[in-house]
This record gives sequence, C-alpha cells and structure tokens, in this order.
Amino acid sequence: MLEIKNLKARIEEKEILKGINLSVNNGEVHAIMGPNGSGKSTLASVLAGREGYDITDGEVFLRGNDILELSPEERAREGVFLAFQYPVEIPGVNSTYFLRSAVNQVRKHRGEEELDAMNFLKLVKAKMKELELAEEFLKRPVNAGFSGGEKKRNEILQMTMLNPSLAVLDETDSGLDIDALRIVADGVNRIKNQNNAQIVITHYQRLLDYIVPDFVHVLYDGRIIKSGDKTLAHDLEEKGYDWLIKNA
Amino acid sequence: MSANTDTIDEFVSSEYKYGFITDIESESLDPGLNEDVIKFISAKKNEPEWLLNWRLKAFRHFEKMENPEWAHVNYPPVNFQEISYYSAPKKKGDGPKSLDEVDPKLLETYEKLGVPLHERARLAGVAVDAVFDSESIGTTFKEDLAKAGVIFCSMSEAVQEHPELVKKYLGTVVPYTDNYYSALNSAVFSDGSFVYIPKGTRCPMELSTYFRINAANTGQFERTLIIAEESSHVSYLEGCTAPMRDENQLHAAVVELVALDNSEIKYSTVQNWYPGDEEGRGGIYNFVTKRGICKRNAKISWTQVETGSAITWKYPSVILQGDNSIGEFYSIALTNKAQQADTGTKMVHIGKNTRSTIISKGISAGKGQNSYRGLVQVGKKASKARNFSQCDSLLIGDKCGAHTFPYIEAKNSTARIEHEATTSKIGEDQIFYCNQRGLETQDAVNMIVNGFCKEVFRELPMEFAVEAQKLLDVSLEGSVG
Ligand SMILES: Nc1ncnc2c1ncn2[C@@H]1O[C@H](COP(=O)(O)OP(=O)(O)O)[C@@H](O)[C@H]1O
Ligand SMILES: [Mg+2]
Repeated sequence: MLEIKNLKARIEEKEILKGINLSVNNGEVHAIMGPNGSGKSTLASVLAGREGYDITDGEVFLRGNDILELSPEERAREGVFLAFQYPVEIPGVNSTYFLRSAVNQVRKHRGEEELDAMNFLKLVKAKMKELELAEEFLKRPVNAGFSGGEKKRNEILQMTMLNPSLAVLDETDSGLDIDALRIVADGVNRIKNQNNAQIVITHYQRLLDYIVPDFVHVLYDGRIIKSGDKTLAHDLEEKGYDWLIKNA
Repeated sequence: MSANTDTIDEFVSSEYKYGFITDIESESLDPGLNEDVIKFISAKKNEPEWLLNWRLKAFRHFEKMENPEWAHVNYPPVNFQEISYYSAPKKKGDGPKSLDEVDPKLLETYEKLGVPLHERARLAGVAVDAVFDSESIGTTFKEDLAKAGVIFCSMSEAVQEHPELVKKYLGTVVPYTDNYYSALNSAVFSDGSFVYIPKGTRCPMELSTYFRINAANTGQFERTLIIAEESSHVSYLEGCTAPMRDENQLHAAVVELVALDNSEIKYSTVQNWYPGDEEGRGGIYNFVTKRGICKRNAKISWTQVETGSAITWKYPSVILQGDNSIGEFYSIALTNKAQQADTGTKMVHIGKNTRSTIISKGISAGKGQNSYRGLVQVGKKASKARNFSQCDSLLIGDKCGAHTFPYIEAKNSTARIEHEATTSKIGEDQIFYCNQRGLETQDAVNMIVNGFCKEVFRELPMEFAVEAQKLLDVSLEGSVG
C-alpha cells in the first residue's frame, strides 16, 4: 500500500524529517508514537502533500506509484485521507454541501457515478447514526463552533464517507472522553478491510486497546528509532520514551 | 456628427466572457461636452422644453462643481471633453415599431449575453428593457404588463407618453444639485427605464433592464425612475456588461425610487461591467447615484452584486421619510485584479419607527481594494428608529485590501443602532483542508466565498441568485495561485 523510503523534509530551512523508512501493507494498522515535536504531524502533512515543505530526499509510493509529485487533491482522490490533529473551521460552508462535493470528487475520480442529494443524505445519515452524531450537524458550517470532540468525530465521518485506501489519523484520540474514543475507534475498525490500511498517530496506549495495531513505531527527532508489535505500546506507557531516546 | 462602424473584434477570454463588440452601424456624437451637445440630445429625443431647460440648469450647475475626492479610490481625472455623450444603433427609416423589427445583430447580442429578447425565447416571467449604449432598443411583455396597468418602458418613451408622471417625479429624489455625477447625468442622460405601478397593484412579473455599453469612447448616462403608488409592489433587476477595451469608459447613472404609502420596491443589481485587466488598464468607471424615498409604511430594498467595473463608486440609499418605513441594503462587492470599489449605503431616518438593515459583504482578491462606506442618520423626530449594520470583509491573498468607514449621526436618543464588522482571510489551512478532501483550490475558494455571501444571495430573485453565484465564481478565476 504505502512505501516510504528515506524521506527527508525541511520547513523554513529546518530539517524536521531526517530519513523516514516505513512500509505499510494492505490490511495493516500501524501506530506511530513519539514525544511532542518529533515530527509526527509533519510526516502526516508531507504524505498529504501540504505546501511549505522542502522534500530534500526520499520517495513515497502509494500502490507502487510515486505520489510526491501529486497535488494534495490528487492524492486525496487516489485514496489518501488525513484526519487532522486540528480540524479547520470553514465558516459559511455548509457541512452537507462540503462533504457531498468531496465525496463526488473522489467518486468521479474512481469512475463511479456521483451521488445526488437524496442518495447522499441517506448514506450520510446512516453513517452519522453509527458515529452518534446528531443530524442537525449537517446543517452547520464545516467545523465552525464545533466542540473538540465533535470536530474529531466529524473527521471520522468524512473518512467513513470517503472510504480511503490509506487513512492517517493524527492524534484523533486527543481530548476525547472514553465514550467518544470508543466511537472513533469503532469508526476506524468499520472501514478496515484487506484492501486498505491505517496509520494511527497517538500519544496514548489506550486508543490502541480499541484499534489494535499490527505494528508500533516510535518517531523521535525525525527518525523512526524503534519498531515493534503492539506490546511496544505497553512498554512505552510504562516506561515513557527516555529509555529509547538514550539508546538512539 | 460621425457614423462609425466598429471592426469585428472577438475577444476570447475565459475571465470576462461578455467582452465582445457588436459590429453595428451606430450614430455617435463627436466627443465633447457643451450646451450644444445637450440641446442635440434633447432634440434627438424630441423633448418638451421644460426638460431641456432642466438639463441646461443641471449643466450650468455641473460646471460650477468639482470632482469629489473623498472616496477611497485612485484614478486619473476624467476628461469630459473626450467622451461622446450620445451613441445609438443607426435606425433604418422610422425605427423599429416592435421587437420583431429590431436589427437581428442587436437581438443576437442580447442572446449572447443570455438575455433573449425575441418572442420565442423570452425569459419566462421576466420583462426586459434592453438599453444599448444611449438608447433603449425594446421592451418585452409590454402588453401583458399594460393589462395590469403597469407602465414599463424606456425613459425616452415615458417622456413622450407619460410626461406628467416624469415631470412630477424626475429629480425629486436625486436633485441635479446632489453631487457632481448626478449633475452631469441630469444634463446628458440619454435613456434608461421607467416603471410605474398603479395603486394596489402587485406587478405580475419581474421587471429587468439590461444595460450594454458597446461603442468606444462613449459614456453611458442612464436615468431610471420607478414609482410605486400606494399599496403596490414591484421587483426590478438590472444587469450590465461592456466590451473589453483598453481605455476607461464612464458610466454615471442616476436611479430614483419613489415608494408611496404601504408600497414596496425591491431593486436588485447584478453589475458586471468590464473590470479592466491585472494592471488596471481599461474597465468601466461606475459612478452611480441611487436613492429611494419611502413614504408611510413603505419599504425599499436594495440588493447588489457588484463584480465588474474598474472603479465602483456607489451608495444606494433610502430616505425613510414616512413613519414605520423600512430600508434595506444587501451588498456583495468583489474586487479582483486592480479593481477598486467604494460602496455602501445611506439610511436616512426621518419618520418615527423607521427601520433599516445593512448587510455588506466585501471580497478582495488580487490587488483589489474594497471599501465599505455607510451612513446611518437619525433625525430629531425619528423616535424609536432602528438600524442594524453588518459589514464583513473577506481577503484572498496578501496584495488586496479591505476598508470600512461606518458613519453614524443620531439626533434622537431613542434610536437604536447596532454595527458589527468582521474581517477574515481565506487561510492556507482552509484551502489545504479542502484540498485534502479532494477539492480543487478554485472550487474551495468559490465555496468559501459563496458561503460568505449567502445572506445576500438569499435576497435576490431566485432566477438571478444562481446567475449571481456563477458570476462570482467566474470573477474569482485566477484569484489563487
Ligand atoms: N510551520 C512550521 N515552521 C517551523 N517549524 C515547524 C513548523 N511546523 C512544525 N515545526 C517544527 O517541526 C517540529 C515537528 O513538529 P510536528 O510535526 O508538529 O511534531 P509532532 O506532531 O510530533 O508533535 C517541531 O519542532 C515544530 O516546532
Ligand atoms: Mg502533532
């Protein structure tokens, strides 16, 4: 699914990613952990194609195709989805309209028929029920005035509707209470199948009780300094990062 | 006097698709402004003597006035001697008696502009008066309107057919002494629309005027007068376009609305004059005076979508003279490229319990400069007057500007005036968020701008709201890198 080779990226002359290597296969869930400022969000942004980064070295392949030359919207249509650590408010833009436009862009790209308003509503309402989101949500502007938890659930709703092949969730669990956490995790588990993959960025092992990762990686100072299975997350919860950083 | 024929010059531009020139023989007055020009125009239109005298008085007043400098716009002084004050498509013989006799080239022009005039393709439920350069070339649905007692015709025709109405109301809302451009307009106006709605009548369809400047070096000075008798109702819309030319052209219109007791006038504008290019070459100078007067319980509502013109200078206003009268102003002004707009409104509260609402949405992109200028005035006797103003500015990019100049003068302590203003910028993070969901940057910008303008679109008649939205999208093309 995803192959990252020796990826190096700078922002404003400062090197943030210092040679990332990562392979994610179909059907896998990878967790990325690491202290604040280690470059997790930067990695997510670079994968999604955000402007402002200098990619100084390395390659990123999605299903065998180099995606570094693609625009953010092309990557999105190719199936890359980023659940933002800080979802952006877009005042004035109706959530339903926004989401339907997004879904139809992606469908068009895949050669599928676009959804009309009726069918879209049917689909989105069913998904919202699963995420325990009130229907009036659809009438509000995108993320505007949403609580932290609502914003995160909205990210999951969008993910569910767009059905991406590679979803990157950037600290989607931060600031959620345990019920919301469960709902978000259920959302991820529901889209999971043998033809897609998820990268879950988190600080907390507790999310990984619900979304069970196949691999756990520790990102520190722009490099993956340790990879392991889900037990690594437990070790980190117990011992923190210091023991790894000292060895790095 | 010279007859000129424009060469065919089809401009291909994705940005301004109305930039074409109609190749038609026209009769134009040589450039220059003096009393003879005014006498020529008046004679051409076979006007009664009182009207000629009024024009001449206006001209003499104009000569004593100076170009206003207070607006937040920049442009070299207009040389009034370089402008031709009269240009009209040349008529064969007596001129067309009905629309079916109008030169097919003109009909074609309006068709291209999306305003079909001929019998088969007329816009359903909308009567159109088409003004080409200095003359109205025809009005649709006249007979249907006449059945309801509604008069909808060109100003020239009204002067001939309904002189008593014109004489009674012309210049009563905007006197020629009002300002520099209203004085000029009063002296040289050539045509425009005239509307009269009789007592107790609800106009059975939307009325609309489509203004088109075609000839080079001409100014368009139209004059519109709408009279709503007691307890009547009318909704009127104007649209405007012009060819792309390198030199600036002047459009100085005057619009007067008279809303008698319990009547309502809804006046909407979709202004798309040629805006000029990125460097500020060419485009229309749109210096317009629009004002309405409300008698008891009357309501006037101005809605404008201003996307064109190099410079816009325009403040549709309402004089709330009658008790309980209502004035509204809903505006979207977009400046892209090197466009400059200084626009807003004046709400003058004179009667008791008068209410006004101002919703202004300014969008600046490219090197555009957008200013809102509004005055809310409450007179001594206007007890319990209320005003609510909301002025929002949206910036796209770093080279544009937005400015807000709200003025409040309240002489009655029971007045309640509320003013809210916001400035926001389309952020790189918002665009990236939309991109990440598969949306193109231009679509994202359009979506955000349309959302920003929603409250105003809601006020437009249905048929035009969609058009206005599309127009905004087109005007924003190339606004993001
Ligand atoms: N726009 C920026 N300009 C300069 N430095 C930045 C910018 N964004 C992030 N950084 C720096 O890059 C490093 C990694 O940040 P980030 O990827 O957000 O870390 P994480 O998500 O792991 O907490 C930090 O040192 C941060 O200060
Ligand atoms: Mg982060």
